Amino acid sequence: MSENVWILGIHMTKFGKHKDKDTLDLGSEAALNALADAGVGIKDMDVLAAGNLMSPGGGGFGQRLQKQIGQTGIPVYNVANACATGATALRVAIMAIKAGEADMGLAVGVEKLSGAGLLTGNSREQEGRKWEPKGRFGEVTSLDGHVGTETMPGVFAQIGMEYSHKYGGADFELFARISEKNHAHSTLNPKAAYQKRFTLEEIMNDVMIAYPNTRPMCSANCDGAAAAVVVGESKLRTLSLEQRRRAVKISASVLTSDPWQEACQILPDINTLTRQASTTAYEQAGVGPEDLDLVELHDCFATAELVHYDNLQLCEPGGAVDFFNSGAPWRDGRTPVNVSGGLQSKGHPVSATGIANIWEIATHLRGEAGPRQIPDAKVGLAHVIGLGSACGVHILEKSAL
Amino acid sequence: MKRVPLVDYLVLDDDPHLVANECTNCQARYFDRRNACAGCGLQTFKQVEVARTGTVKSFSIVHVAAKGVKVPFVAGVVDCDGTSVRGNIVNVPPDPEHVTLGMKVRLTTVPIGADAEGVEAVGYGFEPVS
Repeated sequence: MSENVWILGIHMTKFGKHKDKDTLDLGSEAALNALADAGVGIKDMDVLAAGNLMSPGGGGFGQRLQKQIGQTGIPVYNVANACATGATALRVAIMAIKAGEADMGLAVGVEKLSGAGLLTGNSREQEGRKWEPKGRFGEVTSLDGHVGTETMPGVFAQIGMEYSHKYGGADFELFARISEKNHAHSTLNPKAAYQKRFTLEEIMNDVMIAYPNTRPMCSANCDGAAAAVVVGESKLRTLSLEQRRRAVKISASVLTSDPWQEACQILPDINTLTRQASTTAYEQAGVGPEDLDLVELHDCFATAELVHYDNLQLCEPGGAVDFFNSGAPWRDGRTPVNVSGGLQSKGHPVSATGIANIWEIATHLRGEAGPRQIPDAKVGLAHVIGLGSACGVHILEKSAL
Repeated sequence: MKRVPLVDYLVLDDDPHLVANECTNCQARYFDRRNACAGCGLQTFKQVEVARTGTVKSFSIVHVAAKGVKVPFVAGVVDCDGTSVRGNIVNVPPDPEHVTLGMKVRLTTVPIGADAEGVEAVGYGFEPVS
């Protein structure tokens, strides 16, 4: 059995508009603060895993970051896994420790997305020159809008509506109420990009992006970074009492991809891989969904949050609507979900998200979440989905060494 | 006027229909060209016709899209006798009063436009069965 891995230090920058900071500034801020939080330095790191999808300058983001925080000659893994990029970076650092190649590692995820607009398909090529079949569908022009939609709000709207068709009970108002919850939660999180509470009516009457998702029901494009220092248990035992006291145990770390299902070529299946990841994670950690004190899940759209209640087994199969209606995922409910405000209000700087939600859980387990602290939190789960697809699930535990 | 299909899985004959590449081993169906079956890994496919009628199992009414895409439109997933098909729901007002989960639809063709040489591209969609 490979050794346990712990989070020694972790940091999330404020999410929002950072006009005066570039990608490297934000990445450095997260990395240097995570190292300070851990009480160690860059020279203590044996491996760096870094994720960034959108910045100019091509690949090699990790090496460019090293020029700002310390070039120590350690192996760098530049990772890309869509919205699961941050979780993938963390998982790479964890695997290096479990493989026995590293005692400590640093994982960093950064994105600048303010003003990015609708992701994917921002313009269609000019039509009408000459129809020539190309690509694997032999298409004579872009299919976006002619054969369904390529926009993320539209794709995830269909994912929520598919659940509604299968089990019933989910309508526009229910999805809007999920968004109402997350925006209400965000008012307690000073690091959230938006901290505005909306009424249900305001959410439902806002600009319709892709029915049933209105604008506040979509994740907020913003800038941000997050970083974590991880350490193997044997190394942790040699560190100070204060470092051991604040360390958070990673009881499960799982990454899955989407197994083939009928219809997955038509509409991405974000359900099967999440269910498989959560099942494996609960087995690894030796805990069940009923043991979770809080959950941060990938609510890139309000329609997505609903299906993940089911995929993460927070409810019986088909029971996500009842689960929400019971009040369970509100911060004073049985299983608080997205007390950070979620991606809809905290924001979604793609590559940072998978570490930022770990930061949220770790901060509660350390008892350092201030006014939004979930009292006496001992176990939490963080989930991300990168469309295409990749799913990361981590279970963290408060546990003295 | 000469016509070309929007995609090569749309067959424009007297009775326009869709075709799929079906894995000869596990019967998984694909509309695009595949090197091997994503379900079982085998490499032989045969072309099969897809049912022309089905039920709407999911949809979204898209109001904001890429520049040049006409909105609003209804993006949908239609269950055609066990084969899921991506397509727009057409010939119906794009609102949740007229487009509903489980509604019965049938395949229809949709004009896309003519190119500089006068060749017309023809796409497809699904319209309500009245």
